[in-house]
Amino acid sequence: MGFMALFLETLIGGVLAGTMYSLVAIGFVLIFKASGVFNYAQGAMLLFSALLFVTLLKLGWPIPLALFATMVVTVIGALAIERIVLRPLANRSTMTLFLATLGLSFVIEGLAQGIMGTEVHALNLGVEDLPIFWGDILISQFDLYAAGVAITLTLLLALFFNKTRIGVSLRAVADDAGAAQSIGINLNFIWQVVWAVSALVGLVAGLAWGARQGVSFNLSLVVLKALPVLIIGGFTSIGGAIIAGVIVGAAEALAETYLGPIVGGGIQFWFAYFLALIFLFIRPTGLFGDAEIERV
Amino acid sequence: MISRIRKSSLTSALAAVIVIGAFGATAANAEDTQFVPLPTYRVGPYASSGAPWFAGELDYFKYINEVEGGVNGVKLDVQEFETEYSPDRAVEVYERVKDGVNGSSPMAFFITHSTPATYALGPRARQDKIPLIDPAGGRPESLNGLVFEYEFPLLFTYYSQGSVAINYIAQQMGGFENLKGKKIVTVYHDSGYGRSSQPVMTVLAAKYGFEDIQIPVAHPGSEQSAIWRQVRGIQPDFVVLRTWGVGTPVAIKTAKRFGIDISKMIGDVWASSETDLIPAEDAAVGYCGLAPYPAGTDFVIHKRLQEKILDTGMSDLQDKSTFGTVYYNIGMVNAALSVEGMRTAMQKFGNRPLTGDEMRWGLENMKIDGKRLEEMGMTGLLQELHVSAADHEGGGAARIQCWDGKKFNLVTDWIAGDAEVIKPLVAEVSAKFAAENGITPRDLSSE
Repeated sequence: MGFMALFLETLIGGVLAGTMYSLVAIGFVLIFKASGVFNYAQGAMLLFSALLFVTLLKLGWPIPLALFATMVVTVIGALAIERIVLRPLANRSTMTLFLATLGLSFVIEGLAQGIMGTEVHALNLGVEDLPIFWGDILISQFDLYAAGVAITLTLLLALFFNKTRIGVSLRAVADDAGAAQSIGINLNFIWQVVWAVSALVGLVAGLAWGARQGVSFNLSLVVLKALPVLIIGGFTSIGGAIIAGVIVGAAEALAETYLGPIVGGGIQFWFAYFLALIFLFIRPTGLFGDAEIERV
Repeated sequence: MISRIRKSSLTSALAAVIVIGAFGATAANAEDTQFVPLPTYRVGPYASSGAPWFAGELDYFKYINEVEGGVNGVKLDVQEFETEYSPDRAVEVYERVKDGVNGSSPMAFFITHSTPATYALGPRARQDKIPLIDPAGGRPESLNGLVFEYEFPLLFTYYSQGSVAINYIAQQMGGFENLKGKKIVTVYHDSGYGRSSQPVMTVLAAKYGFEDIQIPVAHPGSEQSAIWRQVRGIQPDFVVLRTWGVGTPVAIKTAKRFGIDISKMIGDVWASSETDLIPAEDAAVGYCGLAPYPAGTDFVIHKRLQEKILDTGMSDLQDKSTFGTVYYNIGMVNAALSVEGMRTAMQKFGNRPLTGDEMRWGLENMKIDGKRLEEMGMTGLLQELHVSAADHEGGGAARIQCWDGKKFNLVTDWIAGDAEVIKPLVAEVSAKFAAENGITPRDLSSE
């Protein structure tokens, strides 16, 4: 395989894998954008929804029914979290809210495993992880589908936020919650919508990752992949999450291929954080994050 | 306020009753009961392995207690402590329970269930004179009991795992002479565990003339395209997989996508269980792994456990379909080895709870021959074992089992590691450890 073909294959593979990271990061962005909460429990929510889906399938439910039931339970769960855990903590410090979601992640993980068991499940979404060849270049069919889902999801969310009344209200809340409230926007309702949408995005991410690596507790750890994406893309931009996911995916694949053999390999995981660190120095708010300007 | 006081008093009273009850019950039996603490992980990232593993262990201990009346009449007081596979928590558990709990006997041995925990506990165990049991795990050089007096990597060290993998590959290629000039790639979890078989692979590569190529996978290994792209570029003749957790199914699926022949892969012990292969779906068909304790329910011990423990509702197994899986059998064998060590020790020290040093003697003199295997109902499941003060492994062999998409099938009998390579390597590495840590190797003639 020639140098150019290897480079292109690595780059394309990394870009496509990166969209899988974006899928996870989008869930974080939605909640952070609207309420300033860094929802550490996003990974646990993702695990819960994917585990529920495969459990229902194992019980013999048809896929559409299992999917619908999972969506309903996931949304109800997200609304309950917002109402019972986050709303009473409104106006508390960012750290308080973060720690609340950290604790919540343990509760959700425990509940998921306690109710549905700890065993690993295979999840077959009907998309096989087969290679597709473009000349010499190998592309993963599964990654292509995942990228398609991520792009579709982003378009749908863009339409939702730009073309619907609720979406516009959400953007107003994200810009200035106080001003939005003063013109009659119901903050609690907006937050509930955001949590519900974020839970559904989590379900999509959970199914995609579950199909790749199996559904088990490890799904809740995919949040670790989202953190550098969020730092690079900015915590408040869905587009930023997509672009940063692509950057992280491509950079870590290229680094593992070209830098790995020089430094002993195994660099894929920390390289994403190294990249995020560089961005923190150069652009602390990320590529598309909102810089807060305060009068002192 | 009144209700709060009442509630508080009630809670305190209940707690007192529970504590006194537990203490009383344990203390009353302390003289004829052996305390067995188990650091377990039933929640957390490795819970999917832990659940069947510890069920197998508890079921066997229960069988010994309920059916055989204990080990020579000494009942086992087995207590679990959750660690989530975290070594620091395993150390905490060890320190908290080493002298016993609530008046129980001190612990005579500690099954670590984790290589990192064994590494972390080694110096403490040496000081406390408490044997650490870590079958198919631990430091490979701790096979040398003259340096590592209280560490027991029973059955199958990581050196033996590397050696048996190469022996199997040689079988597949039609003999050791055919290894010359071949490329054997090891894809490993980038951790102490993953790196631990590298020394033996280096020596074997020099002996047989193959090219040993080691490629690490960063934890957790949920995206491995770049790794397998490298492997494809190398065009290996065989691949040894030494991953762990989610890294294994992702490795197999990605390898398949990159055109690697799965039948030319061999997984080590910790990359060859149902938990690893079910998520890999069809990609894992034809994948083979090392099995010092193979999967299956056809062994005599399974029939005994089925009748006496599972059918009577005493089993710890939540999901009965995991009975006889690799991890269930690992747990069962771990428990059986501990029990056999106790039996051996009791022949010398009497039928009573043992101390750590007595248990060390028991493990070092444990001989499990074909006849004993038959009595234990473990023929075919467990290799013959001859542990000694100088050899804390005692076995060093494994069978090979291959995955057909639904279950494992055994395809070989026991394949032994290459003692000619392993013994000098262990002597060299353990001597270095002894020198660095100021340990004077034991002189058996004075014991």
